[in-house]
Amino acid sequence: MLKISERIKGGKHRLLWMSKMNLKKISENIWEIPKERKMNVPGRVFASDKLMERIKEDKTLEQIKNAGMLPGIVKYSIAMPDAHQGYGLCVGGVIAFNLKNGIVSPGATGYDINCGVRLLSSEIKKEEFLKKRKEITHQIKRDVPSGVGRGGELKFTDKEIDEILKKGVKYFVEKGIGKKSDIEYCEDNGCILGANPEKISQRAKARGRNQLGTIGAGNHFLEIQEIEKIYDEKTAKVFGLKQGNICVLIHSGSRGLGHQTCSDYLKICEKEYGINHLPDRELAYAPIDSKIGKDYIEAMRASANFAFCNRHLIAHLAKKAFSKFFPKKELELVYDVAHNIIKFEEFQLNGKKTELCVHRKGATRSFGIGRKELPKKYQKTGQPILIPGSMGTYSYVLVGTEKAREISFASTAHGAGRILSRTEAKKRFSPEFVKNELEKNDVYIEAGSVNGMVEEAPSAYKDVNEVVKVSHELGIGNIVARLKPLAVIKG
Amino acid sequence: MKKYEFLPHTAEMKFRAFGKTLNQVFENSVLAISEILSRGVKIKSKKKKTIAIEGGTNENFLYNLIDEIIYLLDSESFIVSKTKIKFNEKIRRMEVVFYGDDAKNYENLDYIKSATYAEMYVKNLGKNKRWEAQAVVDV
Repeated sequence: MLKISERIKGGKHRLLWMSKMNLKKISENIWEIPKERKMNVPGRVFASDKLMERIKEDKTLEQIKNAGMLPGIVKYSIAMPDAHQGYGLCVGGVIAFNLKNGIVSPGATGYDINCGVRLLSSEIKKEEFLKKRKEITHQIKRDVPSGVGRGGELKFTDKEIDEILKKGVKYFVEKGIGKKSDIEYCEDNGCILGANPEKISQRAKARGRNQLGTIGAGNHFLEIQEIEKIYDEKTAKVFGLKQGNICVLIHSGSRGLGHQTCSDYLKICEKEYGINHLPDRELAYAPIDSKIGKDYIEAMRASANFAFCNRHLIAHLAKKAFSKFFPKKELELVYDVAHNIIKFEEFQLNGKKTELCVHRKGATRSFGIGRKELPKKYQKTGQPILIPGSMGTYSYVLVGTEKAREISFASTAHGAGRILSRTEAKKRFSPEFVKNELEKNDVYIEAGSVNGMVEEAPSAYKDVNEVVKVSHELGIGNIVARLKPLAVIKG
Repeated sequence: MKKYEFLPHTAEMKFRAFGKTLNQVFENSVLAISEILSRGVKIKSKKKKTIAIEGGTNENFLYNLIDEIIYLLDSESFIVSKTKIKFNEKIRRMEVVFYGDDAKNYENLDYIKSATYAEMYVKNLGKNKRWEAQAVVDV
């Protein structure tokens, strides 16, 4: 540890413990932050040397340490290869708690509850699509609302919103929007049980009411991609992915409803339990079995269901747009994954089967062969894991593994992870540069905002290829296919 | 005096606001938020919304102020241009008048997911009794 001092009020100096911390490389791609001072467990980082250089540059490691101080945390506080600084817990953070004295933390779940990814496959060939690329992209841009201050086409009453929060995707399938397989091929069947709409504030409902079926802004997008390369033929076949066909990737979350829910419960936790004992205010928490803890879990689940429905409706609108051009070729749901979420899952702990409360913030679940939670078809392979790259770069489909259950609480990475601030991206890249960069790679873009496009420039992100390589080498999510974007729609 | 400035942050937006009074530092914080949302485009002050915030520390008030702005944008499509604030420090009550416009009149807006307490402070600098506030918002 490096001690340096900072000058504070009155000319005095205060000691600061800087993030030049004790970091041990255990083996290829595995690092440890040894347990010290107030930590209950050591920290663990899954990264290559190259990714570690980036991770060291911000507060990621400090945040992993802080999470290690939380009560009831077991084994390690973990950072995934794409980790970067977040609030309280870093993005790309995975922490698990025992149910006896563990906690739930809204900040360690993330503001965008059940931010996630959905992949649709098709029998449409790349060449067929390219002939109509502009028209289709434009149609989707028109049909799927994106950007700020623009609500969706669908308006819901209070009663309907409550039903949606409780039932998830099933609500829409029952109404004739979508089909049964849309329920099956969704994490948790598009509905986390135990969701309680009454635990969501009116304020949160008001924010989300007209946002269902909208992409939003920031790093959220819809991409039309080509299945460019298959690494694992057998698994790809089960997932319905064929080289040369196109697919649609949707990245969005629970919009204002989820953000408000996180914010609401952060306040409630602070008020009830205070903040002075916390290593970081954004790590405010409540014990799992407390009234507030239970309320948050029920509200978090309701928000998660809202997000599943949001992606379901976006997919529905995209399918409709596609059907105008390819009436005989329907898009099929491959899978839908959550990457900001709390789950209760079973693990081996000290040789015993133990139920743990897992927080995944910017991390994807990785369930391997035989897991009963998966649709039958995927029990033979492991689940599809969807890793979107930054705008206009490769995305990947991975497959879940048993190894992930052993070393990473059944989790792997979720994306590329930023390396440049939005301000910095705008300083460095002109809109022309970004457009050129995309065009050079033959990507067509329809963006609501020129600035938004520059802020999300591919060069502002970590290399997604390196991220999935580490996941594959560790065996916590194995590469199945690489997807190359052909068209991007963003807010 | 500079009203506010933006500071580097990898993934989010961070700003610092200044003011001669506590009211002013809150008002200037809102100007920073408005600039993030509008991406520097001038927002017209065609509409008015009045609210009151109660209780808590100065940081709680700043957090809640940002929270209100996001709420108005999501639920009423109202985008803020500026604000008039009267903060009664003794009884911990803030009266806020937001000025702004319908968000649908603007093409190129940005979005804030949430206010956060990360690196947040609202403090009196002592010297000349100037106020300074800092916050990071989740974008």
